[in-house]
Amino acid sequence: MPDADLIIVGAGPAGMAAAATAAAGGGRVLLLDEQPRAGGQIYRNVGAGGDARPWLGKDYAAGRPLVAALQAPGITAEFGATVWRIEAGPRVVWSRDGESHVCAARHVLLAGGAQERPVPFPGWTLPGVMPAGAPQILMKTSGLLPRDAVLAGSGPLLYLIAAQMIDAGAAPQALVETQGPAMMLRATRHLPRALMAAGTLAKGLGLIRKIKAAGVARHTGAAGFRAEVAGDGDIAFSFTAGGRAHRLVTPLLLTHQGVVPSTHVSRAAGAAHEWNEAQQAFQPKRDAWGATDVPGIHVAGDGAGIGGAEAAQAAGRLAACDILHRLGRLDEASRDRKAAPDRAALRRAMAIRPFLDAAYAPLPEFLAPEGDTIVCRCEEITAADIRASVDEGANGPRQVKTATRAGMGPCQGRMCDLTVRGILAACGTRPATPRARTPIKPVKLGELAALASHQET
Amino acid sequence: MKIASRFLTRPDAVRTVMVSLDGEPVAARAGDSVAAALLAHSGDASRQSGKGAPRTAFCMMGICFDCLVEVDGQPNCQGCMITVRDGMVLRRQRGLRKLDGSANA
Repeated sequence: MPDADLIIVGAGPAGMAAAATAAAGGGRVLLLDEQPRAGGQIYRNVGAGGDARPWLGKDYAAGRPLVAALQAPGITAEFGATVWRIEAGPRVVWSRDGESHVCAARHVLLAGGAQERPVPFPGWTLPGVMPAGAPQILMKTSGLLPRDAVLAGSGPLLYLIAAQMIDAGAAPQALVETQGPAMMLRATRHLPRALMAAGTLAKGLGLIRKIKAAGVARHTGAAGFRAEVAGDGDIAFSFTAGGRAHRLVTPLLLTHQGVVPSTHVSRAAGAAHEWNEAQQAFQPKRDAWGATDVPGIHVAGDGAGIGGAEAAQAAGRLAACDILHRLGRLDEASRDRKAAPDRAALRRAMAIRPFLDAAYAPLPEFLAPEGDTIVCRCEEITAADIRASVDEGANGPRQVKTATRAGMGPCQGRMCDLTVRGILAACGTRPATPRARTPIKPVKLGELAALASHQET
Repeated sequence: MKIASRFLTRPDAVRTVMVSLDGEPVAARAGDSVAAALLAHSGDASRQSGKGAPRTAFCMMGICFDCLVEVDGQPNCQGCMITVRDGMVLRRQRGLRKLDGSANA
């Protein structure tokens, strides 16, 4: 007998919404997440009582009911649970405290969410340079506030983090934005559709007003990022903007160029993936319900293509409806009827994406860096190393990996595979989707051995 | 020279625990991750890479592995995924680890 009707990997908005819907429909759900609590990154720690942290805002607090709904009978949630393999069956192999477990289910929903796009430039490995989402996680989990930071890059998350820092009394010293007038002009043709999500647009404008009112210095059209060590361990951040060279000294340079789907789990599960040109990222191919081409495996949320928390919840519920239907708990007409409001919500939430994708597109210098910029942080492989391997005949991610070791470190390419792809594309190749293989997170040999002996008995 | 933390710590009522970092006692907020505690403690590197470059916690969400640290004798632990405990013994790693956990001199 399977351990559950549905195993959900990831307890963010998509996974939590799917769990509640599947359980309400009579399904037995096993929900796995690597973090200590439900919420995903967007609602991280929202369920922990005591500290309200009002500066994180209303949209953050909106995660509370999703977390609370996981108390429903029919949902078993395991935290600190690192999934490292999805196999046929489907079965999910996960690790906690040095011990691995194998769980079988009729269906698996991958809801692994997003990660920040790597932003490689000279000096991005120095202590004092972080992705902007990292201090936001610290603000949610630790009450640590960035000190006199510089926010640099583009995207809606950058504005949100700036506003949260201002409300928390830790305003950034400057906001250095990479988008320029040409990108905004290209984005305007998507505005009529974006008006379907007028509420989201209004929120964004509100954040920008708050940043202006706080007197944060702003630069736009910035490029040519470079970080060096200044005195006292500070970072000297240089860039160009408005035809001039600038230099800012800060303890903490926080960069951001949007988020991309976390696809290691779906790639290692064997699902077909495609390149999303507008979002400059790989995403699993899926049907309107989130079903992949691998039997028994659905995907939902930002891990299937970036749409944000509201889209993720809707997609999670749609996948859960389809899975209930496949379990024989919901006939086709009921499934379609039940799904209608979520399908409309998903359409509304996605309406703003083409505008955001165009207005806050990542800069070419981050997609395909040159020179001694480190691309693979683990193995310390530079853009020049990767370009040299392409010159010597490498024409895809596997050859680059074999030639340079880029992607062979413990992060398994999470911090470099998009950049390797960008360099390959800039060099005129048509790079394939990089492979991700079991174990998708490091597991000790002893843990593997213990699992093998357990399976033999 | 110790570099000042790049973060401000909000004063609040959370209990502190004591850990040690390379033998030095360090106060940490109960419930914080090891990586958060190290970032609150100082702005220094929390490890050196295989080529000797300074690194510290980066993504804070378990994907980049830049926060690797020795915890209670276990090398290569992800500091951002482990909660601090009273009496925890932390050591910065200089260079990569060998299979037996020792430094790859």
